[in-house]
Amino acid sequence: MPTFTLKVFRGGPAGGDFRDYRVDADEGMVVLDLVHRIQATEAPDLACRWNCKAGKCGSCSAEIDGKPRLMCMTRMDLFEPGEPISIAPIRTFPIIRDLVTDVSYNYVKAKQVPPLRLKPPDADGKYRMMQEDIDRAQEFHKCIECFLCQDVCHVIRDHEEHKPAFSGPRFFIKIAGLDMHPLDTVDRSEFARAQAGIGLCNITKCCSEVCPEHIHITDNGIIPMKERMADNFDPIVWLLRKFRGGRHEPA
Amino acid sequence: MATPEYETHEHDVIVIGAGGAGLRAAIEAAAQGVSVGLICKSLLGKAHTVMAEGGIAAAMGNVWPEDNWQVHFRDTMRGGKMVNNWRMAQLHAQEAPDRVLELERWGALFDRTKEGLILQRDFGGHRYARLAHVGDRTGLEMIRTLQYHAIHQGIDVYMECKVERLLKDGDRIAGAIGYWRNTGRFVLFKAKAVVLATGGIGKAWKITSNSWEYTGDGQSAALWAGADLIDMEFVQFHPTGMVWPPSVRGILVTEGVRGDGGTLKNNKGERFMFSYIPEFFKGETADNEKEADAWYADKKNRRTPDLLPRDEVARAINSEVKAGRGSPHGGVFLDICTRRPADYIRKRLPSMYHQFKELAGVDITREPMEVGPTCHYVMGGVRVDADSTQATVPGLFAAGEVAAGLHGSNRLGGNSLSDLVVFGRRAGLHAGLYAKNFAGALRVDQAEVEAAARAMLEPFDRTGGENPYVLQAELQETMHTLVGIIRTEAEMRQALDKIETLKERAKKVRVDGGRVYNPGWHTALDLGSLLTVAECTTLAALERQESRGGHTRDDHPYTDDTWGKVNVVLRLRNGAVQVSREPLPEMPAELRALFQERK
Repeated sequence: MPTFTLKVFRGGPAGGDFRDYRVDADEGMVVLDLVHRIQATEAPDLACRWNCKAGKCGSCSAEIDGKPRLMCMTRMDLFEPGEPISIAPIRTFPIIRDLVTDVSYNYVKAKQVPPLRLKPPDADGKYRMMQEDIDRAQEFHKCIECFLCQDVCHVIRDHEEHKPAFSGPRFFIKIAGLDMHPLDTVDRSEFARAQAGIGLCNITKCCSEVCPEHIHITDNGIIPMKERMADNFDPIVWLLRKFRGGRHEPA
Repeated sequence: MATPEYETHEHDVIVIGAGGAGLRAAIEAAAQGVSVGLICKSLLGKAHTVMAEGGIAAAMGNVWPEDNWQVHFRDTMRGGKMVNNWRMAQLHAQEAPDRVLELERWGALFDRTKEGLILQRDFGGHRYARLAHVGDRTGLEMIRTLQYHAIHQGIDVYMECKVERLLKDGDRIAGAIGYWRNTGRFVLFKAKAVVLATGGIGKAWKITSNSWEYTGDGQSAALWAGADLIDMEFVQFHPTGMVWPPSVRGILVTEGVRGDGGTLKNNKGERFMFSYIPEFFKGETADNEKEADAWYADKKNRRTPDLLPRDEVARAINSEVKAGRGSPHGGVFLDICTRRPADYIRKRLPSMYHQFKELAGVDITREPMEVGPTCHYVMGGVRVDADSTQATVPGLFAAGEVAAGLHGSNRLGGNSLSDLVVFGRRAGLHAGLYAKNFAGALRVDQAEVEAAARAMLEPFDRTGGENPYVLQAELQETMHTLVGIIRTEAEMRQALDKIETLKERAKKVRVDGGRVYNPGWHTALDLGSLLTVAECTTLAALERQESRGGHTRDDHPYTDDTWGKVNVVLRLRNGAVQVSREPLPEMPAELRALFQERK
């Protein structure tokens, strides 16, 4: 059973430091298992969020050796037992305590996105959509809201002043997912430009790199949206795009 | 000790829990025009619903037009071994299709049929392919849809807020007290009606698919407030949890693997489920591989025994392992790689593919999975009125896993997500109506609030007590070894003794550090509810001297018709849990006839 040294950030808004914990790892363990071991033995008050422990809920985001990751999906066999491993909270958001940060920014941004408004159903009262027309939107629906993309986005991370008018990659794909819903009728381009601040994104693709769901945030979400903006927004083109969703309706 | 400070919020309705049931309840209550507070222990969108994989059961008939609510009703009752609340099973089967279509209207993108309708998949115990789904991440789609719909309905959301106790004014509900996890400050909710949507109790067991949140908060709060619990002996062990590596033991492997063609094998390569078909399901279950495999495409064949209800499959796996026919790490093999093409597997089961690849280093398109039973779901919980979801305390409502009745002694896969939205909606509706008709003043007893707050702070003042995590681990070990899949009277008596000593030790646990986001403190407080539900399950399991669904007694191995007519009821009287048996509601003749018509 290898023993690791974890350097875990302990502290709050007033400051803090990394403290060393020596922890044994069993076969197949992930970083979150070791954090739980620390809680169960040395430091029951070590604050960390977690829920599913299977990469499905997106609660246990942290910066492990400086890299934004889910603690539950980061296996210990990635590391050499001799090398200390640093575990820090996601830095972009204000710290509450230890590994827990205040992510309320994301919930504010979520509420601003104009919701779906569906066109009326078919004559028999049913909605019909073809699988190939929802594949792309389904990709965006895979988002587990771990906010790692938000953490790594330098527009949010390094520029406090952008926060009021910038929603970040998580919400760009939220918007894209709604726009690509074959039955949606809302135009969100002005929202994406003025309130979500998509123009500030300069496509460094950091968000896509850290996405644990491997969503092509930039290539499939942000870039097509930017192209639409750059097209000077032609309402005819937009309408045509909207109607494409209905083209497979059965005869 | 000084009087602890607390903040106060007042709503017509508060909903405790923001998984599928809580979100749906809050949406419906808000639609009644009342003020609604939605309280959740985690961040919004992280509740246990997010982990549901396979799908939501609803007889929409998109794949098999022969399907209808009567067939779904019948499957649900038979899966629960006929001790379900028939009226809940009826409402559930009738209303589930509308609730699925409503999710679609609110933005859920379910996988589609070739005609562009919602695709439905096969699952255990369901006669027809009935589960609307999104690959194997249906719960995520559902919670996001409800979450993003709810945030535009004028609901006040209290995130990372834990409710500790319910408050009453005389006989009726008056609110709840809890604390903010972020700050440790206390918060009082005054409310005319309370909807419990707090989920399950699985964290009382060692090997579980449940997260830290599943500590029986709602069941305990209801019991302490004087409400009845029923069916607490019925605990579902999902047959397929991961077994290796040790750190992921218990994590769920969706039944969709078998629904999409996967099969269980022992270490001799035998499809052993053919040896475990009970008399009760013989008429509808294939007894040979050819028919079983043909059933996927043609429902004129009988269903594969791989998709018997979960209780049957879990016991079968348990027996195979005990007989020495298990896999290297103490489970059995679940094979889809030799039965379906790799592309199909990756498309239908993306998150299983990902989970095994990243956590176990297993490529499920090339190798079989190793799986074994894991504590997954409690069928029992708060006793409710079927139509209104009201508990036996006026003003208290319950929906989802915390409520009992719908699933009887064993829940069918897919019937949980539909339960959440069918009864979540009903709970929100009736709580809203109750609040509108509420007469008189809304009063809470300040002394009671202060006493509850003081009690929550006690662990900080103790010296020399134990670490709460130690007690939690001992309880989990106790329930796992003594009140697991197979139970005996002697072992359960041992468990009760152990629970008693843990209750005494819990009164002395010590917590270090401050009140700001302190998991040690949270764990110390959760011990109260965890020990309560562990005791309730054990007491009810001792009482029921037969085997049925999620309750198997080695010392009473047979199903007994006299026990098929009663619920085991638990209620708190004079500080002790009282156990009694009460008759099940009687099914009307026209529904009873559904069980005679078919083989």
